[in-house]
Amino acid sequence: MSNWVEVCATDEIDEEDVIRFDHAGRTFAVYRSPDDEFFATDGLCTHEKIHLAEGLVMDDIIECPKHNGRFSYKTGEAKGAPVCVNLKTYPVKIEGGTVFISVA
Amino acid sequence: MTRVATKRDYSLLGRDAQAAVQSGLSAAEWYHTDIPRKQMKELMKREDGPAIRDTILWLGSMVVCGALAIYFWGSWWCVPFLLVYGVMYGSASDSRWHECGHGTAFKTRWMNDAVYEIACFMIMRNPVTWRWSHTRHHTDTVIVGRDPEIAVMRPPDLLRLVLNFFGILDVFHATIDMVRNAAGVISAEEKTFIPEQEQPRAIRIARIWLAIYVATIALAVTISSILPLMLIGLPRLYGAWHHVMTGLLQHGGLADNVIDHRLNSRSVYMNPFSRFVYWNMNYHVEHHMFPMVPYHALPQLHEMIKHDLPAPNKSIIEGYREMIPAFLRQLRNEDHFLKRELPPTAKPYREELHAEPIAAE
Repeated sequence: MSNWVEVCATDEIDEEDVIRFDHAGRTFAVYRSPDDEFFATDGLCTHEKIHLAEGLVMDDIIECPKHNGRFSYKTGEAKGAPVCVNLKTYPVKIEGGTVFISVA
Repeated sequence: MTRVATKRDYSLLGRDAQAAVQSGLSAAEWYHTDIPRKQMKELMKREDGPAIRDTILWLGSMVVCGALAIYFWGSWWCVPFLLVYGVMYGSASDSRWHECGHGTAFKTRWMNDAVYEIACFMIMRNPVTWRWSHTRHHTDTVIVGRDPEIAVMRPPDLLRLVLNFFGILDVFHATIDMVRNAAGVISAEEKTFIPEQEQPRAIRIARIWLAIYVATIALAVTISSILPLMLIGLPRLYGAWHHVMTGLLQHGGLADNVIDHRLNSRSVYMNPFSRFVYWNMNYHVEHHMFPMVPYHALPQLHEMIKHDLPAPNKSIIEGYREMIPAFLRQLRNEDHFLKRELPPTAKPYREELHAEPIAAE
């Protein structure tokens, strides 16, 4: 069952960037791609629990700020050392200029 | 009252390793200077241009100097060319291994990976093992028992330090590690930081390297000349001095078991040649605080946050003038370290986060 939660207005995330979103004791990373699509993943790197929202978005990649581990934020796939475990991804929808993620 | 110095256990499987995990020193949240997101994004931005230019200069100078060393081989004229070749092989490879390991040197991934593999071979660091050990170094910088890359343990082994200016002990240990890995053995300590799925690759690379060294030695024997080894292998000895000279300054004589890079890392202003060889790692506090900033943006980062950092040493010599007396004092008292003073504009050290008071004696 989906559980849509309001994150922010679309213009609060720059293109090719990411923000941190905390909800109900959990932390997420919400991305805006260079081609203006929105995505969401778990907020912490699977390697050492660092907040990905402080990292660098390059095309469809998020790079962790601590050890430069890379994931595809579109699929959650870990792209090689030092990250080995994929990120969990979450559905995103845009309604009336607002970003929602499904955290169920 | 006389205080008894604390005996440190640097084993990754030992008492201090367990204590660091239990106390929360390991994998802790480190201090970093606040930088607005927009500026941080600009600093983190990747480019190919600077690293392509520097790699052409680096490998190009090796080709030219190597060719001239071969041409003048047998006369003293080969010496200056070998000295330059050696520093590029045995020292510049250290910084290239490091920066490309972070994946920040180039924007294009395969360029990072290619230069990383070449540099790892020259510096004799298995690209798998050292990628993971360096990851740990950034998680637990100079945390005793957790950081596998502490260059100067307490009390300092000064003979070891001097020998390593010529790569002697490093190459000895690197050779043993390579042969052991080539035989299919990953040590218990390596297993603490290399994931299981990565271990076969470490073994495969060790076998390739061993084959290259055997072929080089065979060529030297066949032509009855040491020249092949002067170009492959031995430059790791006679060209190591520069990377050891700059590398010791990174953390030498400073605090251990703290979670603020301003206390355990050192930035040093250096001449342009050393900065080229070292790829700007003289801005070492800045690098540790923000490891995703590429080497070519570190001077800009330094200007942005220097108000919050201890003043850098003004030169390599000044750094050594501060560090060597600290090493000598640590021979008598392992707890001694240099506490770097912060400027009035800086946020203070977070004394409450450190197990021991961070005032130097």
